[in-house]
Amino acid sequence: MLRITVDPEKCCGAGTCVLIAPEVFDQTDDEGLAFVVCGEPGPEQADSVYEAALACPRGAITVTEQD
Amino acid sequence: MTKDAVSLEFPLTARTCPFDPPGRYAELRATAPVSRVALPSGQTAWLLTRHADVRAVLDDPRFSSDMSRPGFPHLYPKPVEPVLKGTFIRMDGEEHAHYRRMLTGLFSVKRIEAMRPFVEQVVEDCLDRMAAHGAPADIVRELAYPVPSRVICGLLGVPHEDHATFGGYLNTLFDGSSDQEQFAAAKAGLSTYLDALISEKEKAPEDDLISVLVEQQYKPGRLSRQELVTISWMLLAAGHETTAHMIGLGALTLMENPDQLAEATRGPAAMADAVEELLRHQTVMQLGMTRVAVADAEIGGTLIRAGEGVIALLSLANRDPDVFPDPDTVDVTRGARHHVAFGFGPHQCLGHSLARLELAVVFDRLFRRFPGIRPTVPVADIRFRYDAIVYGVAELPVEW
Ligand code: HEM
Ligand code: HEM
Ligand code: SF4
Repeated sequence: MLRITVDPEKCCGAGTCVLIAPEVFDQTDDEGLAFVVCGEPGPEQADSVYEAALACPRGAITVTEQD
Repeated sequence: MTKDAVSLEFPLTARTCPFDPPGRYAELRATAPVSRVALPSGQTAWLLTRHADVRAVLDDPRFSSDMSRPGFPHLYPKPVEPVLKGTFIRMDGEEHAHYRRMLTGLFSVKRIEAMRPFVEQVVEDCLDRMAAHGAPADIVRELAYPVPSRVICGLLGVPHEDHATFGGYLNTLFDGSSDQEQFAAAKAGLSTYLDALISEKEKAPEDDLISVLVEQQYKPGRLSRQELVTISWMLLAAGHETTAHMIGLGALTLMENPDQLAEATRGPAAMADAVEELLRHQTVMQLGMTRVAVADAEIGGTLIRAGEGVIALLSLANRDPDVFPDPDTVDVTRGARHHVAFGFGPHQCLGHSLARLELAVVFDRLFRRFPGIRPTVPVADIRFRYDAIVYGVAELPVEW
């Protein structure tokens, strides 16, 4: 299973992760900071979660695998 | 070769293939990915061509965007002016974040997605006009310039009846053929217009970006009027030409690669992937991003000293074979979103969701409406903007 976190200190709020994995990430209305809506997504989300972590311009997304 | 020997004069403008960056850059990436280049201003700078190095520098606080700092790599000699308050693209750290945070909520994926029906309407209107004009028509004139211009109008809250006036100013500013007098008049006209628009929104706020900034930031005194005008200017400067030339180049790339076009038009998900591939392959910010080191930093094994300039060449990072297999081939099914067409780090494009939305709607509607559309001339006869800051096609005559 995947565990996902976003570091709000790093996030610069333009929502690349939300575009790539909308089921997993969302943004706050005021400053657009990303947060995780689905912290333990299923395997079908894995590709887009890893792509979001790779594309994040601040390296703010951490993905770890757990069983 | 000593480390400080100059490898080439930057920028190169001659291309062998108009769809590929100048070949010498790729040779450098293979042999000397961090190398010293001479600029027309007389300065030298480090040119970065690898994906990893470009990303490292753009997300490193030891590299500054402040153009007024000594050592900042300017392309052309010009008097160094202090960065205007509000021009956060040229600021660092907390000062940059202070302004950017006022806008990020306004560019959230949700808010931009809510603009979709408006963007679709704008695109359909432009296509109606193109159909009425009849073939041959110039895609740059009919679609590439008017769509981003009218979308920015919608974003800022310029009322519909003023779109033509507003678009006229933008055309004069960004069309290389206007003389200095016309340019100055358009600049003054647009500044006056923006100021009046702010006054309108003060009286009768709506849901647009300027209204929200007026209510949330200007009225409580967190943003001055001058800063608000500057920020509006910046959005125009950043969102107009970039998107316009991605539309022109993207449409041409698809028309020249019919198999890719067929793949791209299979459905919304395929089109979203195609837009990413076009952004990667045709990185329109062809001169890259400039920064100056404020502390010594090692990048890609090379020591860059405080006060030295760097140019992070986005177009080459996006063709790095270590990251994108077979990088020169257009493959709209690649699905890679970790390209740097929108930059990287804290300055990564604020308007990327809007640009992506515009591109997807434009290509979808264009090829649905005119399935047999094609250039009227061979690629060899198309005028490309080899020496512009934003690469693109100067005109793109098509028939259908
Ligand atoms: C395909 C179209 C576009 C491309 C290729 C593009 C590219 C870029 C790039 C490379 C940067 C980084 C600049 C730097 O690091 O110094 C940037 C920043 C920016 N872009 Fe875009 N852009 C596009 C469309 C837009 C649109 C439509 C808007 C808004 C209406 C916009 C607004 C901005 C702003 C405000 C910044 C400055 C962000 C900051 O400094 O924090 N861009 N863009
Ligand atoms: C209000 C906003 C902006 C202002 C006032 C501004 C101002 C300038 C100026 C004065 C130059 C000439 C630099 C020199 O001395 O060599 C320049 C160049 C350039 N600008 Fe901007 N710019 C703005 C927005 C943007 C945006 C949004 C982008 C990226 C999407 C961008 C990318 C570039 C690039 C790539 C160059 C050429 C490389 C360089 O000389 O630094 N600019 N800009
Ligand atoms: S991609 Fe990264 S920086 Fe951008 S909103 Fe998501 S977490 Fe924040």
